[in-house]
Amino acid sequence: MTDLAATDPLPKPKRDIAPILLPVALALVTIPLIGSPSTWLTLTAASLAMGMMIFIMASGLTLVFGLMDVLNFGHGAFIAVGAYVATLVLAPFAASMQADSLWMNLAVLAPAALLSMAVSGALGLVVERVLILPVYGQHLKQILMTTGGLIVAEQTLYALWGPQIIPMPLPASLRGSFILGDVAIAKYRVLAMLIGLAVFIAIQLVLNRTKLGLLIRAGVENREMVEALGYRIRRLFLGVFMTGSALAGLGGVMWALYREQVHASMSDDLTVLIFIVVIIGGLGSIGGCFIGAILVAMVANYGGFLVPKLALVSNILLMVAILMWRPRGLYAVTSR
Amino acid sequence: MMILSGDPPRSRILTLVLVVIILALAATPFLFPGAKALNVAAKICVFAALVASYDLLLGYTGSVSFAHTMFYGIGSYAIAIALYGMGPNWAAVATGIVVGLPLAALLALAIGLFSLRVAAIFFAMITLAVASAFQVLASQLSWLTGGEDGRSFQLPELLRPGTVLISKNLFGFEVNGRILTFYLVFAVSALMILALLRVVNSPFGRVLQAIRENRFRAEALGFRTVFHLTYANCIAALVAASAGILNALWLRYAGPDTSLSFSIMLDILLMVVIGGMGTIYGAIIGATIFILAQNYLQSLMGVASTAASEAGLPLLPGLLHPDRWLLWLGLLFIASVYFFPTGVVGRLRNPAGDKSAGSSH
Repeated sequence: MTDLAATDPLPKPKRDIAPILLPVALALVTIPLIGSPSTWLTLTAASLAMGMMIFIMASGLTLVFGLMDVLNFGHGAFIAVGAYVATLVLAPFAASMQADSLWMNLAVLAPAALLSMAVSGALGLVVERVLILPVYGQHLKQILMTTGGLIVAEQTLYALWGPQIIPMPLPASLRGSFILGDVAIAKYRVLAMLIGLAVFIAIQLVLNRTKLGLLIRAGVENREMVEALGYRIRRLFLGVFMTGSALAGLGGVMWALYREQVHASMSDDLTVLIFIVVIIGGLGSIGGCFIGAILVAMVANYGGFLVPKLALVSNILLMVAILMWRPRGLYAVTSR
Repeated sequence: MMILSGDPPRSRILTLVLVVIILALAATPFLFPGAKALNVAAKICVFAALVASYDLLLGYTGSVSFAHTMFYGIGSYAIAIALYGMGPNWAAVATGIVVGLPLAALLALAIGLFSLRVAAIFFAMITLAVASAFQVLASQLSWLTGGEDGRSFQLPELLRPGTVLISKNLFGFEVNGRILTFYLVFAVSALMILALLRVVNSPFGRVLQAIRENRFRAEALGFRTVFHLTYANCIAALVAASAGILNALWLRYAGPDTSLSFSIMLDILLMVVIGGMGTIYGAIIGATIFILAQNYLQSLMGVASTAASEAGLPLLPGLLHPDRWLLWLGLLFIASVYFFPTGVVGRLRNPAGDKSAGSSH
């Protein structure tokens, strides 16, 4: 280390690019394994779309944990609630959903997604006040309380909508695929990718370019210090929690449309996936969460194509491998 | 006192309740005729042992594991596959035990060592992920496990309902293989609970509690917390697998719904919290309350639901439908974590609700 003269600019923090290269490397390695480039492109598009959706659902959870050290095992409930609420809008307007006009479809989809986000966000407010506030700072009770909350939410959904699977068909203009040569990419996946990217960029801009984001990032790194500087971090946390819940609701709508069905048990499978993503990414890191989501989706898609039997445990293997390499996840941002 | 490892219930009402439960369970074949009562009693025995082993983890070490049903399932499937493949003989039972128990212990060791490498906070998440992968695996490997249908099998001659050991005597009771199986389940469960009492009251158990209260300080005192936590994990897994074996023997069946599903994991959590964490006795109370409610409350809810729909009330019939009973248990669960963190046992031991004297934090 050489001494710096006073006039020199401050040294830039070293960028840690190894995790960013990981999904790229994974994608490149699988080209020869899959053989056909068109299949590879289709699979890659599928993994990117799936990864974006998982990222939208997981981003809130990772920030909530990073910022306030709160383990929310009921995060999946927001996903299911979002999906169910969307059916409230989509079912009465089924006719305009089936009209073959992108604008008419979006005119129904957008309010549905917004309503879902609003309801999940409001639910987030209730959950934070009722379930998390009383057990603040106690991990064991947080896990128990939020697990209880998940049960209640799931059962309430069953009681209100019935236990059957609700179909949620894609709108007419989003069905089918774009065909480029012999590559087929489903239209809905392109939309999912666009929304996911937009959410990622928006979160990054807020975190890195605004004072609010500065406070959140500082809070993730050292909560007490931010409090000592006079900021009410509880308010900040409530805001992050509600935003995270709303995003989970949005992710739930997107996932339900992707699967073209809604069921309260969807939250169970997704919760596991989201936990894996959050662990892989490093608790509290948005960038890590993004890369983790794409990695999980890639492993699921490529793995499902190459070794279908392995697909069942591929996520666990991925998690084991990553944690062997970096025990605290791809990006360790918290001091814990 | 010896048999309870110097850890008596420490409350007169609690002692009375426990004695009543245990006597009622022991006398079920003679007191309450009918298959349903016997099924409920056997399930209470199995779950009391299973929940007690979970209490060793949750209540004594303070770590939340979501993989407990996995070990339970390993035990169930091991005995089911062995009896299914080798035919109904005692060699198959022995094979199931010899394969199932070490497998569960090894897996617990692997999970313990792996999750110790990462932050302790990950433990709950990692066990959840591993358990869900195992569940998918069990339903996909249908050539081995029978997939979603599970495996039904025959018991050895001695344990079958058709085997009459003591024919009807003066009192009109007949002791057959089914009743013998029930007493096998009862005795092994009781032994396991007593063994767990021994474990938590040993110096080893004290270290576990020290780790629960302050891991850093326990380490500073010179205890290898890594070793203790992994060891506790393996013991809990062994007992859970044994409970799984008993359950499969009783049901003569092992399948995803009876031994692996996530809802069983939630049931276990509810039972521990309702009964009282960190007490072992809480497991018996929790399992009894929960399983009685599961079997008899549901029919009550059905009546209430029909009554509500006949009265033309909105929403209530749906909320009171027997299938929605988990909703009410979930609310009860949240309420008990919030208001009675020490559970029934903690309340009985310490009616004033003085928090400082409670054994759970």
